[in-house]
Amino acid sequence: MASALELARQLREAFPDLIAAPTEFRGEVTLVVLDPDRVPDVCRHAKDTLGFDMLLDLSSVDNYGDDPRWLVVYELMGLAHGQHLRLKTAVSEEKSGLPTVSAIWRTADWHEREVFDMMGIRFSGHPDLRRILMWDGYPYHPLRKDFPLAGKETSLPEVAFTRQAPLEGGPFVTVASTAESIAREPRARNPQE
Amino acid sequence: MATSQTIEFRDPGVRAAASAASADELQDLHGDKLVLNMGPSHPSTHGVLRVLIEMDGETITKAMPDLGYLHRGDEKIAENMTYNQFIPYTDRLDYLAPLANNVAYALAVEKLLGIHDSLPPRCQYIRVICCELARISAHLLGLGAFAMDVGALTVFLHTFTEREKIYNFAEWLTGARFTTSYTRIGGVTRDLPDGWAAKVLKFCDEVLVTLADVDRLLTRNPIFVNRTREVGVITKAQAITYGITGPNLRGSGVDYDVRKAAPYLCYKDLEFDIPVGSVGDCYDRYQVRQEEMRQSVRILRQALQRLPGGYENTSHEPVQVADGKVFLPPKAKVLTSMEELIHQFMLVTQGINAPVGEVYFGAENPKGELGFYIHSRGGGTPHRLKIRAPSFVNLSILPEILPGHLMSDVVSILGSIDFVMGEADR
Repeated sequence: MASALELARQLREAFPDLIAAPTEFRGEVTLVVLDPDRVPDVCRHAKDTLGFDMLLDLSSVDNYGDDPRWLVVYELMGLAHGQHLRLKTAVSEEKSGLPTVSAIWRTADWHEREVFDMMGIRFSGHPDLRRILMWDGYPYHPLRKDFPLAGKETSLPEVAFTRQAPLEGGPFVTVASTAESIAREPRARNPQE
Repeated sequence: MATSQTIEFRDPGVRAAASAASADELQDLHGDKLVLNMGPSHPSTHGVLRVLIEMDGETITKAMPDLGYLHRGDEKIAENMTYNQFIPYTDRLDYLAPLANNVAYALAVEKLLGIHDSLPPRCQYIRVICCELARISAHLLGLGAFAMDVGALTVFLHTFTEREKIYNFAEWLTGARFTTSYTRIGGVTRDLPDGWAAKVLKFCDEVLVTLADVDRLLTRNPIFVNRTREVGVITKAQAITYGITGPNLRGSGVDYDVRKAAPYLCYKDLEFDIPVGSVGDCYDRYQVRQEEMRQSVRILRQALQRLPGGYENTSHEPVQVADGKVFLPPKAKVLTSMEELIHQFMLVTQGINAPVGEVYFGAENPKGELGFYIHSRGGGTPHRLKIRAPSFVNLSILPEILPGHLMSDVVSILGSIDFVMGEADR
């Protein structure tokens, strides 16, 4: 039975100019897809010919301050061979969008709605791209790094409470680094400062 | 260089117009169809799920689940605290099985640290015992509430009597009945109390008696069978494309269980079977949960028998990793030894210094595969922590399977899918 690394190589052979060399960390194989617009092609191939019939998870990372800012992460699993494969693709902030994979795995429908809701990345071709956890009409995307932990005030008082949470300067977490102690002291950290 | 984006801000008037427009979309022009709002506080939604149901006569033609009433921003909170500080938040994901959530989260962080394969054997067995107790507890509630929703109130009373014992075990072990927070990264907070393991073994016999009672009350009960058989059928292909996991996937005939497919802890040393259904209806999902509890009892008995160090830990087996950079050293040593004092100080102020990297770890929880994706840039806090909540994914199939059923079937289907909104909304 093919290992995850072997399957990753096969996927790369099918798209040699599109996928970077596989990396391994803690026994998990990660492939980086260089062009986010072609993620559905790669996923279609992975599902139809390599047997990755389950999309376990679809998540996103905000690398605030870096370019490209967004990272969209797909966790694939094949029931027949039991192997796990991670696909990653970077999306620039100007674009903030990529094609949907909800036609390949139906479960991507809700996952993509959640990514749109929390991060504000749009999925073109999605059948119903609405907010899922926050309420309709909420103006922000709360998992972005430039959204403060305490929240932001909104003028929709009839929908939910809109005041900032009283954090009293918290959360008190330090940062592990070699910087001087004043830079590491436990206090609230906001990337905008 | 990234800049912050300005986001279009819709005023309440526009929002009201938009929701009115979406309501129009649901209605047809002749007025033959009825839109029914179920929830967010309806007894059969087990929490705060809202389902907008469009009906033609008594038949459902469209269903739109509405989530988020219990959204607390757990993933945002996780980015702002150390790995150990987030453990109490995992209690509140699937709040019917907090012990299993604690274990799944600890294992995910341990995988990031690279120590998930080298945990002390006694710690692994204790965690397995906790997971299986949590599974029995969650399934007992799932079955009891399901049966109550379809009209068999007695079952609920039977299963809750057994659940009460599990809560007592949790209190005895961790000090809390619901919010257990039992694991720490690299181990568990404390060893088993004296007499605990023997009582759990006794409980194994008692719960089987209750399960036999439930079996006699439900399995061949014509009312229950008529309300569940051939109702809410999820085919194999549907279950896979919707990413369904746990008992709901196995009810549809797929023999996928993370404990067998990618064994973690000491599951590979334990013998148990994976029950699977054949049709994928509500009745099959009920049967799968029944059998899973019996298998959990089997696992509990084996784990208790093989527990390294025995019930009272006579050989003083460790229940935590002996690494001062991961687990807090014993307090007596902190007060007398310089190295342990430094370890304690670093762990408390900065947290565990995790390497740069990303991991996904999925554990077989009562509701399905609870996964944690951790993206670390190094240091004591995750850069991003995504929770793959099984209830969230399992609910996404509702728009697919509800149409064509009667309103009373919705109660059966919701009960048989057995979801928890604390986990779905995070």
